[in-house]
This record gives sequence, structure tokens and C-alpha cells, in this order.
Amino acid sequence: MRLEPIARPSATRIAGLPALALVGTIAIAMALAALAGADPVHVIALIVKGAVGSSFALLETLNRATPLIFTGLAVAVAFRAKLWNIGAEAQLYLGAVATVALGTGALALPAALLIPMIMLASILAGAFMLLGPAFAKTHAGVDEVVTTLLLNFVVLLLVSYLLEGPMKDPAGMGWPKSERLVAEARLPRIVDGLRLHWGFGIALISAVLVWVMQTRTTLGYQIRAVGLNPKAAAFAGIPVSVVVIKTALISGGLAGLAGFSEVAGLKGSLTLDLSPSFGYTGIIVAMLALLNPLGVVASALFVAGVFVGADSMSRAVGVPSYIADILLASGLLFMVLTLMLTRYRVRWD
Amino acid sequence: MEILEILLSATFWTAAVRIASPLIFATMGELICERAGVLNLGIEGIMVAGAFTGWMAVYGGAGLWQGVLAAMVAGMAFGLVHAILTVPFGLSQHVVGLGITLLATSATYFTYRLLLPEVTSPPRIEPFAELPIPVLAELPVLGPALFSQTPLTYAAFSTVALTAFVLYRTPLGLALRAAGENPAAVEAQGLSVTGLRLGAVMVGSGLMAVGGAFLTLSAFNSFFFEMVNGRGWICIALVVFGAWRPGKALLGALLFAAFDALQIRLQQTGLGQVVPYQAFLMLPYLLSIAALVLMSRRAEVPAALMVPYNKGER
Amino acid sequence: MGNLHEPRPVLRLDGITKRFGALIANDAISFALYPGEVVALLGENGAGKTTLMNILFGHYTADEGQVTMAGAPLPPGQPKAALQAGLGMVHQHFTLAENLSVLENITLGTEALWRPSCAARQARSRILDLAARFGLSIDPDTRVGALSVGERQRVEILKALYRDARVLILDEPTAVLTPQEVDALFATLTRATAEGLAVIFISHKMHEVLAVSSRVLVLRHGRLAGEVATIAADAQTLAEMMVGGAVDAPIHRAGDPGEARLALDHVSTVETGHRGSLRGLSLTLFAGQITGLAGVSGNGQAALADLIGGLALPESGAICIHGEPVSDWSPRAALAAGVARIPEDRHATGAIADFTLTENAALERHAEAPLSRGGWMNWRAAQKEAEEIIDAFDIRCPGPDEPIRRLSGGNMQKLILGRALAPGPRIILANQPVRGLDVGAVAFVQARLIAERDAGAAILLISEDLDEIMEMADVIHVISEGRLSPAFARGAMDAAALGAWMAGEGFEGSNAA
Repeated sequence: MRLEPIARPSATRIAGLPALALVGTIAIAMALAALAGADPVHVIALIVKGAVGSSFALLETLNRATPLIFTGLAVAVAFRAKLWNIGAEAQLYLGAVATVALGTGALALPAALLIPMIMLASILAGAFMLLGPAFAKTHAGVDEVVTTLLLNFVVLLLVSYLLEGPMKDPAGMGWPKSERLVAEARLPRIVDGLRLHWGFGIALISAVLVWVMQTRTTLGYQIRAVGLNPKAAAFAGIPVSVVVIKTALISGGLAGLAGFSEVAGLKGSLTLDLSPSFGYTGIIVAMLALLNPLGVVASALFVAGVFVGADSMSRAVGVPSYIADILLASGLLFMVLTLMLTRYRVRWD
Repeated sequence: MEILEILLSATFWTAAVRIASPLIFATMGELICERAGVLNLGIEGIMVAGAFTGWMAVYGGAGLWQGVLAAMVAGMAFGLVHAILTVPFGLSQHVVGLGITLLATSATYFTYRLLLPEVTSPPRIEPFAELPIPVLAELPVLGPALFSQTPLTYAAFSTVALTAFVLYRTPLGLALRAAGENPAAVEAQGLSVTGLRLGAVMVGSGLMAVGGAFLTLSAFNSFFFEMVNGRGWICIALVVFGAWRPGKALLGALLFAAFDALQIRLQQTGLGQVVPYQAFLMLPYLLSIAALVLMSRRAEVPAALMVPYNKGER
Repeated sequence: MGNLHEPRPVLRLDGITKRFGALIANDAISFALYPGEVVALLGENGAGKTTLMNILFGHYTADEGQVTMAGAPLPPGQPKAALQAGLGMVHQHFTLAENLSVLENITLGTEALWRPSCAARQARSRILDLAARFGLSIDPDTRVGALSVGERQRVEILKALYRDARVLILDEPTAVLTPQEVDALFATLTRATAEGLAVIFISHKMHEVLAVSSRVLVLRHGRLAGEVATIAADAQTLAEMMVGGAVDAPIHRAGDPGEARLALDHVSTVETGHRGSLRGLSLTLFAGQITGLAGVSGNGQAALADLIGGLALPESGAICIHGEPVSDWSPRAALAAGVARIPEDRHATGAIADFTLTENAALERHAEAPLSRGGWMNWRAAQKEAEEIIDAFDIRCPGPDEPIRRLSGGNMQKLILGRALAPGPRIILANQPVRGLDVGAVAFVQARLIAERDAGAAILLISEDLDEIMEMADVIHVISEGRLSPAFARGAMDAAALGAWMAGEGFEGSNAA
């Protein structure tokens, strides 16, 4: 078997193959539903209904999508430069830690000053988290996949320590939980009475900013060049290490914002279950969006919908909600396969 | 000194070898994949799947060795998916590996919930018992540590010897090492790079799953979510630390496990009173990172690692 | 073997045709090869030589036609069958695993994979025996990574002989050798044919083809354009058969050297990977002059190119531009100093395959006006520059938004050349500028370089092809193990004399300039 590049793929190929990936993914979900003894069509319908079927469901999906937009952007930015940041989870938590550190009364400022300051701090915290692995990559040739992965565990232990020690809520009845943010540090809702906070708005703005950065600035051009061919980029005078470090700062900062948005917008305090794998799910979000920052918004909404819908479906008919994770993981694999097949033809000689 | 006391005790070394065993299986699995040129980031999920499958099979009435076999088959199945996507189709080994980890983990959890919907705490099984080797087990310190373990630990050490033998002493190992260095050289001599890599990834993934099964069938007696807890990623670091050589990787796994056993014991000492326990738990991860940073420069990475091979393309 | 006196072909091709989409790579190719003869296969890049060899070796299956080895048809698409039938090939890019020993590379795939052990002892004595018989001295236990290019080629030949090859195919075997090594190779081929081997010699160097072969087959546009006995052929007719028309040999006019533009003063570098290192080398490039750098690859050319291109700093010694030693040296500093760079490997370092022509054209100057201001790209200006290069360098493409990976090697090289020459450089580093290009593109690139010289640029031409150096350069240096020979004036030395320097002779006692 051999892969042969297709000079000019046809429109049916470009549109049809990813559609096939979607069909395959849904087929797997239906098979799993049947395996669990439920009516497959009903299960799919319940997932869709649970995701977008009511204004409550829709708001829930938007809220769930918010951190995923941030982590998805973080991954998308980093992967463009072939910086394999699998540590968005750690960066998110450090951003949340920074939010709690400044937002629980340490600074007595009006909201208009406090919120930007906390945002900045969470960006810096997330960026700091990725700096180490990025330096190790550029200066010692250490593969960042493993270092960022391992740091996720380290940071979770650090947060566990903070929540049982210095950041522990005295009124928390022994639960590892931080104090609640002061009112001035909380992100307001976008529309009064609707359960959707400004974190979503900041996420959308971030997506647009990242898109502008990638397509319009010299840094964006350099990031793409470094990602596609670091040797050629270095030859042409692009400082590859510097670009990788800058990318790491942006990527880590975006993931740090996810932690800020979750604490300041939704939860109000930090717990050890702040992120149900938002960092790892960001990889799926970014890949499904083909690393396009605007696409990340759409794919985060889709992924969030699948999770929210599956939760609601699971409560109704008892099919384990892990069906959502399987769906997304297989969807990701189908997607990368079919995308490759839009550019290459399989020849059996 | 307390540390000295710990280091001289037989139970410490016994624990270290026990902690090392699952790592040894999975590290050998990863090493085989990487020597053939494929980075297998599915390792973490495959270990989860192996831990669950082995345990579930035994819980369902199978023998312990049958459980190990079941885990291996499950691992090879995920390995096959990984290999098909990364070898003939040449997809990004990073993306596919993470996807496989996600898929294997979620499929495991889904199946767990499906098969045991009611339980609040997972059922227990009767795990492998210790099998002291006559005479040798009587040796001081070394005896209990090396010769009074479960059969699965002996299997782990045998796996290292077998891996080293195959890699360095047989035509198959020669072909595998060449496939990870310059696939074109393999193809030019009439061998199939695709076949070699497919086989390596499947066998390697099977070993990773056995590493997972060690946790449920030998180290503990039940299956918990999060029980693999980053061990797969640590094994990837161990492969680098071992410079892609089975013997050095074994040494690394033992060294790592000794530190892990030490931190558990230090928590109980006076040091544990002043330093929070989380700091001790961080040690294994920080140690792995340190090992990576120290060794990355010196190690001889297989030249074709992560480079897909497409026939006729130069 | 032993059929020396019977005129039965050992290899026979009948009507081999292979299509890739609309392109016919091989069009009804038929010929026969007899034991004990050397047949040269001549053709431009893209004439179909590589496809034909891939079909022979079962990497591709032919759409039509058949291959026969010693009377038995060869099953298509089975590399293993081709090897077992006695086909052996030495690829231009060696297929050796550097982490393995010579012995391991040779025995790779010759034993059943499931055997529990390697028969290393028998293999070693067989290799030593073959090496002695064919004049290919080698130590079987050395790691291939530690061997020179010439030694690696011997390993490749031994690989084929070890498998009892009856047909030996050599793809551009002399491209990387010194003239002396070429002579040794030819001696080996003579011994091989005397033992009944048949040899296919793929090359584009006429004088070698004329020296070594008994018959010449010419491929053009996938078709067999002609077959001549070597005795009846001469270089000019062969070249015309190959290109399909009259060939204008480039006419060299002497340069008019001016002031020193770039000088390296006793520079040394540390060895990094396979780039070789420099050992106290001094070199001066003069305006209006092409300085040719001859040498076997891996002798420090890459280190020297990195140095001049701004990718590396010397460990000791100085780089002087217009007489001033440079302190801050980087690709950007080199570009600012007026150094144009044509990299050795246009795919790996010269261009970014998935970038468009516009994006590739912008690579070296994207951070300056007019292409960007204050960190913002001006894509309109970038596109305008790309269009100017496309026009000026006659690049065949649908437009500036085309990804460069869809372009032919020649057109890609023209874009790189255009990008480098656009700012009007004062120093040009041309590293293997015409390697792998077809005749038309070679002529174009060489003409542009000569034009730049005439306009006053100082040019360093690095090539492993001695013919190219002798044709293009005004003065020639030879590099060997990081040392530089004195400058030889154009025409002062013949190939054999330069070859001695390439082999490392003459450096002791000479005060390398």
C-alpha cells in the first residue's frame, strides 16, 4: 500500500470524506447505545435534545463551551508551531490559583480595575507554566509532550496542597476548597437573569484576536513557518527558539484564562474538580477545528454540546455518559484519517 | 538516619521491585514501538484498558494467566488501531497516540459502568500470590526483593531479557532496529517496513496492557479509575532515560521505583511531619522530568522515530 | 553464471508502461541485458529512470509489460522476488542504517526473521572474501555512521554481491566520489563483469558513460529514445539524444575580479552531527569572481555554508565583511550584509512546502518594510514581490497563491534564486545550486549566477560535481577534512590533480591560503 498525493482534490472529496467521518462517529455512538440496551436513535435524539433542546440546555452548552474555547485556542496556537502543549490542564489550574490568590480579598479594588488585574495574573500564571517545558524543548531538546503531561500531575498535587493548606476555606467544613471570590472579582453575566457569564464573551474576543494574530501579524507568519518547517524558518532568519517561547507564552496564557473564567465566571471558588479534563479536551477541540481559531469556537460548542447532551441522556436512559468521550475520541481519529485522505490517494501497488 | 534504615530494609527493596514491575512491562512495550520508529502515546490508555480487561476477565471466572492474556489481547487491539493509522496511513503519531489514550480510557470506563452499573465499590479478586524461589529467596535483602515476588514480576524481568535478546541477537531484532533508523534500508533489502512496524506496535501495546494488568492482578486486587495515574507517561520518560536500550531502561525503572518506594516511606518519618504529603507524591513526576532533561541531549534517538514511511517517496 | 558465451539475456524488459494519472512515466520500454556487460542508462531528471528502477524492484507495478530474469518472469510488485532473482541496486541516496554495523547492514533481511540467532561468523568471512575478490576493502564491524561516503558505497555494492546479485544497478554512483574513487569503482566493475555480472550504470555524465559502458540506452520523456554502442557514440550526440535537440554548451568568459568582499580568517568550528568541521580555514571571496569549492561531501562544506549563511559562528577565527570583522552574526545579519544564500537542500531548508509562493518569497525579508510594518504583515506588498519574481525568473505556476510543493524542482529553485537575488546581493553563497535539476533549469540558474558575477557579486559555488566547478569557477579551492587547498586558477589543474587534493593529498606542508 502506498499513499499518492493528489494535486487538486475534488470538491466531493474535500466535503464528502469529513462527512463520512461524522457518519462513522455517529454509527459508533449508536452501536454503543445498542450495546447498552437502549434504542440507538432515541439515544442520539436525547443527546441532541439535551444539548440544544431548551434554553436551559443551550445555556448549559454555552457555559461548558467557554473553558473549551480557551483551552482549544491554547492548543491550536501551540500546535501551529508544532509545540505539543498537552499541559493546558495544568495551565488552567495555575490560572485559577492566580485568580483565587488575588480575588479573595488580597486586593481591595473596584471591579473595573480588579478584574483586568486578575485576568492578567491568570494569563501570566498559565504562561509561566508552559515556559519551563518550552525552554527545555528549545535549549535541551527535551520532548515537551511528556514534560507537559507530567506537569499536569504535579500541578494537581500542588493545588491539592494549596486547598488543604494556605488557600483552604476556613468555613469549608474540611473540604479541600478555596474561599469564595469577592463580588468585585466576579465576572458579571452578559444578560441579566440568563446564566451566561462574560467569560464566554472574553473567549469569543480571544478567538478573534488569535485569528488576527495568526493571519495578519509577522509573529503569526513566523509561528506558521516554524511549525511547518523549522529548518527552513531558521535558515530564513526566523529566530525559531524565540518564536517557540512566544508561542508558549500565548498558549499558556490562553489556558490560564480558562481557569480564570471558570472561577470568576462560574464557580466562584477553586476546587480540585474545577476542570473535568478541559485541558485534554482542548486538544480535541483544536484538532476538530483544524487549528483554526475561529473554528475553535464552533468545535468547542459542538464538543460541549456532546458532553452536556450525553449527561442529560445518561440521566434519562442510563447509558453511561462516557459515551461522549468515546464519541469524541473516535471522531478525532476518523477526522484526522479522512482529512489525510482528502490530500492523498491510497494505491495498492 | 532514617533514610539509611529504610534503604537497608528488605521490605523497601521488595516494594521497589513490585512498583517497578508494571513500569518494566510498559517501558519494554514502548521501547519496542520506538525502536521500530513509532512513538506510542496510547500507552496511558492502553494500560488502563489492560488493567481493566485483566481484572474483569478474572472477576468473570477466568484464571489469572488467562486474565493476563485477555489484557494483552485488548492492548494489541488498540495497538492495531494505532498502528494502522500511524504506519500505513502515516498520520501524526502525537495526535493518534493521544486519541488512542482517550479512546481506550473512555471505552474502559464505559464498559465498566455497563458491566457493573450497581456497584459503589469495585469487587475484589484473588490476585497472584507470591512465589518464593527456593534457596534464592533466603538470601538477605536480595532474596525477598528479587526472588520472593509474584510470578508476574518474574515475567517482567524475563520480558527485559527476551526483548534484549530479540533486539540484539536475532535477524528480527536487526530488522526492527533498522526500521527505526532508516526504513528505506529495510525496504531495499526486501523486508516490509509496514509489517515490521505494525507488528512492533501491536506487541508493544500488548506489553503495555500487561503492565496495566499487573496493577489489578498482582499489585492490588481491584480496579479503580485513575489507577494508572500517569504511569504510562513515566514509561515514555524511562525509555528516553534508558537511551532506547532494554537493560538501561530496566535500571531506570528500578531506580525510579526505588525513589517512589522511598517517598512513600519518608511520608511516615519525621520529614513527613514538616513537608506536606503532596510534595512526596510529586517526586516521581518531577524525577521523570529531571531524567528527561538530563538525558535528552546524550541519548541516541532512533533516527526515524516519528517519521512516517511512504514507499516510493524519498 | 557460467553462461558467458551464450547470448542469453540475464534481464529482459518487454513493453514496460507506467502511468501516474495523465503522466506517462514509462512508455513501452523494452531492452535486454547480457551477462558481463555494462549498459549505461542515460536520461535527464524526470525522464523516467527512477520509475523504471522502482518497477524493476517491485516497488511499483507496471500497468503493462513484463520483466524477465534469466528466462523466468518476475512477479510484479514484489521487492523480495526481485532481490531473490538476483537484482541488486546501489541507490544514489544510500539505503543504510547508520546505527548498525557494516555486517548488520549487509545481512539485514538475508536470514529468516524468525531464526533465533544471526549467523554472524559465516557472514563475516563471506563478506571479507567478497571484499577481497572485488577490491572493496572494508571492516565488517565498523558502524556505518562512522564511514565516509566512498566506504558507504562499497557497503552498498557488497550488499548486492552478498545476495549473489547477477544484475547490479548503480544510480549516479560517481556523483559523490573523488576521481580516484571513481577509478577504483570502475576497477571493481571490471572485476564484477569478468565474473559474469551485468551492470546498469545510470548517469548523466557523458565522459563516465563513455569510459565505462559498452552500450548506451537513452531515456527521454519516458520513452527509449535510442540505443548506441559506446564505441560509436560521442558526448555531443548523446547529449542531444538525451535532451532531444541541440545543446548549447555554456560559454565561459573570464571574470573581472574586484575588491575583497568576504574573508574568513583562520576559522575553526566544532563538529556537530554530520556537518563536518572546519580546521583553521582561510578564504577570501572577491567581487566579480566565482570561487568554486570542490570536495567530497562531508568534508566541511556544510559547516562552511552555515558559517557564511549566518547559521553558525566560528569557534575561533573571524568572519570579515568588506574588511570589517563581524560581531553579531546570524541569518538576518548575513542578509543585511548583502549575502544571498541558495541552500543545499531546497526542499528541507530552501522552502516551506505548504506555504504559497507569496509566503515563500517573503521568508527572508518578512520582518522589514515593505513586507511588514510594526509587526503587521502587508500581504499585498508581499504578493507584488512574489509576482515580480515569478515574472523575472520565468516561474511556471498558476499564480502566487499556489503552494510551492506543487511546483517542479526547477521552478522551486528559481523562486529561491529570485528571492535571494531580489535585494541585489554583493555576496552569493550558492550551495549545490543545480543538483537534481533538468538541463533547462541548470542552464538558467548558471546563466543567472554568471550574470550576477558580471554585475560585480562575489560568488562562492559549492558543489560535489567537479565538472560543474571546473566549468563555472574562476578560481578553485578544494576542501578536505575541514582544510582548504590553495586557490587554483581556472584551467590550472586537471580533474586528476584536483582529485588528489579531494582525497586529502597535498595539504601537509602547503600554506593553505
